Amino acid sequence: MAIDNSAQLVDAPPRNRWQGILLALPVTLLMTVLLVVPLIIIGVNSFGQRGPDNTIIYNFNLNNYLRLLGISEPGVWDTLYLEILVRSLWLAFQSTVLVILVGYPLAYFIARAPRKQRNFWLFLVLVPLWTNFVIRVYAWIMILRNQGVLNSLLGWAAGLFGLNFTPLDLYPSDFAVLVCMVYEFLPFMILPMFTSLEKIEDSLYEAAADLGANTWNTFWRVTFPLSLPGIVAGTILVFIPVMGTFIVSDILGGRQVILVGNLIQRQFLDARDPVFGSAATIVLMVMTLAVTLYYTRKFGFAEEAFGR
Amino acid sequence: MPEFAVELRNVSKRFPGPSGEIVTAVNNVTMQIKDGEFFSMLGPSGCGKTTSLRMIAGFELPTAGEIYIHDRPMGHTPPYKRPVNTVFQNYALFPHMTIGQNVGFGLEMKGVEPKEIQRRSSEALEMVRLAGYEKRMARQLSGGQQQRVALARALVNHPEVLLLDEPLGALDLKLRKEMQLELKRLQREVGITFVFVTHDQEEALTMSDRVAVMSAGNVLQMGAASEIYEKPNCRFVADFIGETNFLEGAVKAQTGRDVDVELAGGLLCRATADEGSQVVSGQKVTVTMRPEKLGLRPWQGADNVYDGRVEEVVYIGTDTHYTVVLAGDQRLRVREQNDDPLSRPLAAIGDAVKVYCDEVSARVLTE
Repeated sequence: MAIDNSAQLVDAPPRNRWQGILLALPVTLLMTVLLVVPLIIIGVNSFGQRGPDNTIIYNFNLNNYLRLLGISEPGVWDTLYLEILVRSLWLAFQSTVLVILVGYPLAYFIARAPRKQRNFWLFLVLVPLWTNFVIRVYAWIMILRNQGVLNSLLGWAAGLFGLNFTPLDLYPSDFAVLVCMVYEFLPFMILPMFTSLEKIEDSLYEAAADLGANTWNTFWRVTFPLSLPGIVAGTILVFIPVMGTFIVSDILGGRQVILVGNLIQRQFLDARDPVFGSAATIVLMVMTLAVTLYYTRKFGFAEEAFGR
Repeated sequence: MPEFAVELRNVSKRFPGPSGEIVTAVNNVTMQIKDGEFFSMLGPSGCGKTTSLRMIAGFELPTAGEIYIHDRPMGHTPPYKRPVNTVFQNYALFPHMTIGQNVGFGLEMKGVEPKEIQRRSSEALEMVRLAGYEKRMARQLSGGQQQRVALARALVNHPEVLLLDEPLGALDLKLRKEMQLELKRLQREVGITFVFVTHDQEEALTMSDRVAVMSAGNVLQMGAASEIYEKPNCRFVADFIGETNFLEGAVKAQTGRDVDVELAGGLLCRATADEGSQVVSGQKVTVTMRPEKLGLRPWQGADNVYDGRVEEVVYIGTDTHYTVVLAGDQRLRVREQNDDPLSRPLAAIGDAVKVYCDEVSARVLTE
C-alpha cells in the first residue's frame, strides 16, 4: 500500500497537460495543414465532376469510383483500372516478401556480429540512401539494359565457357521494377529487423540450446518469433511506399508497367482529370490501410504482446 | 552408477582479452562432483566459477583438459546434447511463451507427447509451488516466481546434473533466504546433483554439501562447508569465508602439528598447523583466529591468553563485537554471545581485558 501512495505522489501535476499540448502543437499544425486538409479536399473532389478549363463541378456523384471499378457504362465491364490496382497490390506483396527474405539473413548477421562491428555494417546498409532516389533508379538502367553491366558480365562469363550468349531483355520490364523496389526498400526492412533481433539476449539462445533445441529449432521457436515485431514494422515501412510509388515503374517499366501510382500521377498531370485522380488516391489509401490493418491484426504489434 | 556426476580433469580456459592479451579464466582445474550432492563453486567475480559452469553446460569449450559427466567425456558435445540443464542468472525465460510452454520446451524438444508434456509440466510447476500458472506470461510474474519457473523448466527434464548460475543474485534478502531453503528441499526431493555458482559465502555454506573456493581461475580449497570454515588452507579462503583475525609472526618451534609462533610485540601463540603442512623454524606465517572462538571470559586450560585494551564495542543483538588492541598494536576482534540475562556488556571501551584462545582455534597459514 505504501508503494501505491507514493505512486500517487508523483502523479503528474495539472500543468503537465498544457506542456503536452504545447509539445504536440507544431506537428499537429503541420499535419493538419499538409495532410488532413488536402485529404479532405481530395475526398470531396473525388465525388465531383470534371468541368471545362480545369474546373471541378461539385455535384456529388459516384461516377469516378464506378469508372475505377470499370462499370460506368451499362453492360460493359472494363477491367483496366482494376487490373492496375491488382498489379500494384501484387507487386507490393512480391517486393515485401523478397525484401524480408533478402533482408532477414543480413539483419541477423549484423545483430549477431560483435558489438563493435554492428555500427559499421549498419552504416553500410544506409550508405545507398545518401544518393538521390531517382539517380539510384536510373543507375539500374545501366545495370540491366541490353549492353549493361549485368549482360556484359554474363556475356563474358559465357564466353569463358565458349557458349553463345544472347543479352537478356531485362530492361524495361516488370522484373526490373521488382528488383529495384527490393533494392530501394531493403534498408527500411533491415533496420527494424535488426532492432528486434539485437534485443534478443544471448541467454535466450543458450537457454534454448540447454533445453535441447538444435540450431534449427532455436531459430524457429525462439529467434523468429521474437523478431516478428521487426518484420511487422519493416513490412509496414516497405509495403505502403511500394504501393504508392510511381517513379520506379515510370523509369524501369518503360511505359509497360502501370501502377496505381502512375495512374494517379497521370490523371493529375497528363490527363488533367483531378476528380478521377482523387478517387484513385482514395482507393489506394483505403486499400493500403485495409491490408495494413489486416496484417497488423493478424501478426500483431507483437511488441505489446511481449511487454517489451 | 559412477561415483562422480561431474569431473573436471586439468581443465583450462583461456580467452583473448580486450587488448589482445590472453586471459586465463580457469587454470588447470581438477574437481570431482559426487553423484547426488549439492556442490557449490564459490569465489569473487572473475574467479572462474561461472566459466567452469558454462564449460560443463557446453556453452564454452575448454582450451585444455576434459570434462566428464557420469564418466562420459563431453569433448565438443553441443549444449543441446548434454544431459544437464541450467538455471540462468537472469532466468532467461522465453518472453513470447506462456509459463506452461516455457516449462514444456525441453520435453517438446525431446519429442514427448503433448499430453505427457502437459502432465509433467504441471507436476514440475506444482513442485516449485506454482501450480496453475501455466497460462500466464513470464512478465506477469515476480522475480521470485520467475526464478521458480526457471527451476521447473530445468528440473522437468530430469537432467543428470542441474547447473545453477547465481540464480538467487537478483532476489532481495528475505526471498533469497526462502529460496535457499526451497532449493535445498528440492535437491533432497529430486536427488539430482546440483552444481551451484555463487559469490555469497553464507549462501554457499547454508546450502552445500561441499564447496570449492575459487580465486583467479584456481580452486584453492574443496571440502565440506564446516571443513572450509574451520580449517581454511590459505589466507584467501580464511578471509573470504566468514570473519577472521590475521596475526603475522614467525615459527619458533614445532612439534607435530603444534606450532609455537612468535607474534609482533613479542607475544607467543600456540597454534595448530594443517595436517601434512610443512613449517620450519623461523618461517614467516599467518595465524588466523575466528572471532567467535576467542573469549573475554576465562576458561579452564586456555592455551593462549593476551592482555589488551578494548578499543571498540559493537552491540548487534545476539552478540557483541569487541575490538581489542594487543601489544605491538595488533588488533583482535572478539565475538561474545549476549547470553547474560541482563545483557550486561563484558567490557567497555578503554577497559583492560584478557583475550583467551585455544590452540585448535589458532590456525597456522603458510600462504
